[in-house]
Amino acid sequence: MKFGKMKTHRRNRLMLVAFLLIGSGTAVSLTLTALNENINLFYEPQQIVDGEAPIGDLIRAGGMVKAGSVMRSTTDLKVNFVITDMKSAEVNMMYDGILPDLFREGQGVIARGRLDPYGVFVAEEVLAKHDENYMAPELKKMIDAKKAEA
Amino acid sequence: MWNWLHKLGSPKSFFAISERLLPWFGTLALLFLSVGIVWGLLFAPPDYQQGDTARIMFVHVPASILAQSSYMMMASAGVVFLVWRIKLAEIALQCAAPIGASLTFLALVTGSIWGKPMWGTWWVWDARLTSTLVLFFLFMGIIALRSAMENRASAGRATSLLAVVGLVNLPIIKFSVDWWNTLHQSSSFSLTQKPAMPIEMWFPLLLMVIGFYFFFFSVWMMRIRTEVLIRERRADWVKRLVLTMKNKRDMKHAV
Repeated sequence: MKFGKMKTHRRNRLMLVAFLLIGSGTAVSLTLTALNENINLFYEPQQIVDGEAPIGDLIRAGGMVKAGSVMRSTTDLKVNFVITDMKSAEVNMMYDGILPDLFREGQGVIARGRLDPYGVFVAEEVLAKHDENYMAPELKKMIDAKKAEA
Repeated sequence: MWNWLHKLGSPKSFFAISERLLPWFGTLALLFLSVGIVWGLLFAPPDYQQGDTARIMFVHVPASILAQSSYMMMASAGVVFLVWRIKLAEIALQCAAPIGASLTFLALVTGSIWGKPMWGTWWVWDARLTSTLVLFFLFMGIIALRSAMENRASAGRATSLLAVVGLVNLPIIKFSVDWWNTLHQSSSFSLTQKPAMPIEMWFPLLLMVIGFYFFFFSVWMMRIRTEVLIRERRADWVKRLVLTMKNKRDMKHAV
């Protein structure tokens, strides 16, 4: 752009628009930084283990369902499982209700509920978190077969 | 280049240029959208976990991309109007808002329909979903502000200012899934990085995105043309245009 040739009043208005954008951008980013804790949808397993999550309050916890940890009741809808961050932290979960389609071991879940004093998360609602990866069924079979070989 | 831009800025030459472009854009939109939707819905493979439900992405992803792009273009028109006071930019801004609002609404609704069976909920107040809802309200706010103000010049300035301030929301939508933990997954579709899906899904999705762009530009141009005719109805070139069209019609009737 030929700023040099720009008329003064236009350049002033352009500066004004730039300041408007920078100003509102700064204001919003400061607000969002201050509210950071509240914008995060859920607590990660490590945060819960470290005691960062409040006990007894309605919160959300999210993580991966640990393989082999899902235990279903034979008489009702009760289910126990463990969520993990795939590193070290693990949280025991209790839930009584219908699980979403995508709930399975190794998948991400986000549960809403309360943490009891013993560190068990009693969920009122369990949502499945889908990751960004899409795969065709044939490809998945091939990968699984290769894994089984190895 | 500069001269060409000035020419485009005058309503009369815009009307002439868009007259030539519009059939091309319309045809391309129809072509890309029909090939993309048939390919995506019938021939692309289903997802190994979600099955056929994943196919809603062929509408959801392009609608979301265009919702944000159209806001970007609308706000750019706002900047042009605020700085250079070009009338056509203000018309373009007003005409983009309803299309952008519809696209955002489509993105929200398709996302919700997918969310119920996959996540287990229609809606959750996570950063991605909330910031997209804010985008919808921004579009609606611009429409409301425009229709609430009688004076055209001040309405143009006010809506432009609102559009420019609202630009802050765009990076929030884009990076919400990286900055905070959300229920919404991060982006699967990308032109620059290796996409997180097989090429058999990615390609029809690309066709849909291009198709949505052509569709947006076609509808946008059509709306701007109508608005230009209404505002310039007393100008000589519009009177002449209407007269020639009337003559053509009379001649047809005579035959």
